[in-house]
Amino acid sequence: MGRLKERGTVAGLKTYKWLEHRLGLMKPMADAAAHPTPSNNASWWYVFGSAATVLLMLQVVTGILLALVYSPTPNEAWTSLNVLNHNIALGWYLRALHGWGSDFMIAIVLIHMVQVFLFGSFKFPRELTWIVGIGLLLMTLGMAFTGQVMRFDQDAYWGLGIGASISSRIPIIGASLVHMILGGPIIGRATLSRFFTLHVFVIPGLLLAGVGVHVWMVLRHGVSDWPMPGRLVRKSTYEREYHELTAKTGIPFVPDAAWKDALFAAAILFAVMACAFFFGPFGPGGQPDPTIIQTAPKPDFAFLWIYAVLAFLPPSLETPVLLVAPVLGIAGMLLLPLVASEGERHWARRPVAVLMVSVIAVSLGIFTRLGTYTPWSPVMNAWASDPVPPKYLHDRTPLEREGALVLQDKQCRNCHSLDGAGGLRGPALDSVATRLTEDQIVRQVLQGGGNMPAYGNALNPSETKALVSFLMTLRSNDLAPAVDESRGLVHASELHVPKSPAAVSSGQTP
Amino acid sequence: MSEFLNYPGESSNDDLQPEGKAAAHTRRAFLFKVAVGLNALVGAVLAVPLIGYLLGPVTKRGSDVGSWISIGAVSDFPVGETRLVDFKSPVASFGDGETAKVACWVRRVSAQQFQVFAINCAHLGCPVRWFSESKLFLCPCHGGAYYEDGSRASGPPERGLFEYKYKIAGNSLVIHSGDMPTLATQASCKEKPLVQIEPATGETRSTTWEG
Repeated sequence: MGRLKERGTVAGLKTYKWLEHRLGLMKPMADAAAHPTPSNNASWWYVFGSAATVLLMLQVVTGILLALVYSPTPNEAWTSLNVLNHNIALGWYLRALHGWGSDFMIAIVLIHMVQVFLFGSFKFPRELTWIVGIGLLLMTLGMAFTGQVMRFDQDAYWGLGIGASISSRIPIIGASLVHMILGGPIIGRATLSRFFTLHVFVIPGLLLAGVGVHVWMVLRHGVSDWPMPGRLVRKSTYEREYHELTAKTGIPFVPDAAWKDALFAAAILFAVMACAFFFGPFGPGGQPDPTIIQTAPKPDFAFLWIYAVLAFLPPSLETPVLLVAPVLGIAGMLLLPLVASEGERHWARRPVAVLMVSVIAVSLGIFTRLGTYTPWSPVMNAWASDPVPPKYLHDRTPLEREGALVLQDKQCRNCHSLDGAGGLRGPALDSVATRLTEDQIVRQVLQGGGNMPAYGNALNPSETKALVSFLMTLRSNDLAPAVDESRGLVHASELHVPKSPAAVSSGQTP
Repeated sequence: MSEFLNYPGESSNDDLQPEGKAAAHTRRAFLFKVAVGLNALVGAVLAVPLIGYLLGPVTKRGSDVGSWISIGAVSDFPVGETRLVDFKSPVASFGDGETAKVACWVRRVSAQQFQVFAINCAHLGCPVRWFSESKLFLCPCHGGAYYEDGSRASGPPERGLFEYKYKIAGNSLVIHSGDMPTLATQASCKEKPLVQIEPATGETRSTTWEG
């Protein structure tokens, strides 16, 4: 038995030597894996880059498997996704893995970027590593957007329309760009084909090459040491200090530091698998038929914040912001390591960096949250589905009740809520009469303003009269009605009788 | 890498005597440079048709795209009403499937006068819906609103709805359809300058109703 084992070892060693003599890669790779790294960076904070790479591998494998069935043409794509979901064994699980893997990958890439930023690891000599990393971030987002198009449903169709509409705002080349993106005059076969090409060939190729360069530079410069307050990065001394630190405290990256990477990668993969198993695949939603207009298109999670920002920009700022902000943002990220290549690395000594991350994270969070329930969108069926609360109809005159009917009929509820039900585009009307006088309500209804359309053409005088008399009853908990102080003053000056405004308002009975 | 290909100043040739430098300019080095130049030339000639192929969709002029298409009998549209009409895009090609279908809103203003609106919101292209009671088109994406004549009512759009050119041929309503309408590709739509509408200001609100 012992002899057999010995023979086996000898044979294995011989095979290795034969292979390595011809390949010449295994020893250099093993050496690279075991390179010494400062012991202070063997931290749980340093595991996100490798986890992102592992997720990329998962995406490549699941993507290839999905491509075995997926059909990238508009008349078959949606059906082939449903076939994957329902007719192919485990097809749903592959779709779920790919979809959840994409969400996890974006999250991990962002966390990795924030960690590198807060640790000041982008500074000399790792500037180019950061710049390539920005490229990898943009390509990851590019994969997410093109991937959303691959799930060729209503959201994908109208998402393409939104993309084309944004591109159309670019001066001079707008029209050409729209045709370039769509591959023709309309969203169709050519559009899906080119997004398939981008998603499956172009971006993954660039992404893998970029990861290769990124990892190469990590190996070349070493994983950044743990930042210490007061230990400044100087181009003249940093590399010597780093090598001294490595010589003094160095541990082999594999296995002494990499076990944390490996463990975290396994945990992340397990999390993706669990989400895929328990929550299943994303969509596809409704079929991509542009004549089905009963739809409220929404982008995937990673782009919800952009969708929200686009709702809040005033019309006159929309195009400038859309065209200038991304350029400035990306240029800022690319130039960051060149501008701040030296100096303090520790977050405790970089308050602006911490503030920036906090503000950006909170803003993205808020906009994403808003994007999940889109308060700016009219609720298209509220007028027919959300009744006027009965408490607003008790003890009302026939005219006032008629006004409640007008309120429903004229679809006011699509934008205005009563008792929490209805749209959020305009203010809730529960206490409108405490904010506006009768005259002001009439004016607001007929002329609009402040983002409300004018209803002068949609209401006849009797409808207006009824509507306004109903609205005048809406003073939650019988608060005092709104009073136009200036009317009192006008009245007073007409009569030449000085009268204090307080006396005027107290004269009004609720 | 051959030492002859180093950049000036980096080359180890710089240390050589003039005779050595002359010797370094060998026939092979010259031929290599010629071959590299030849590759650049061939590459350029090769690239032209490839780029031309890639830019194919761009080179077509917007006004050439599209054609007139009948979307129904005039008598199908009652005066004063706005109706949704589906048609197959005249510029659709093979394999477009359902995406070849287009919807538009047809408003019959009077016996001979129509307005045909694109379904796409002028903001970011989402499909607008018509609400006949409030006489508004509402967009589900960002809440853009338009009046019955297509003009901007409120929300993020900076202009009114895109309109198709139309004509009445016999008893059928014919529109000119081509490009998907966006701010830049309105060629198949009614010529209408892009007007930047000022957001609602306090001034417009202060024109009092009582006035």
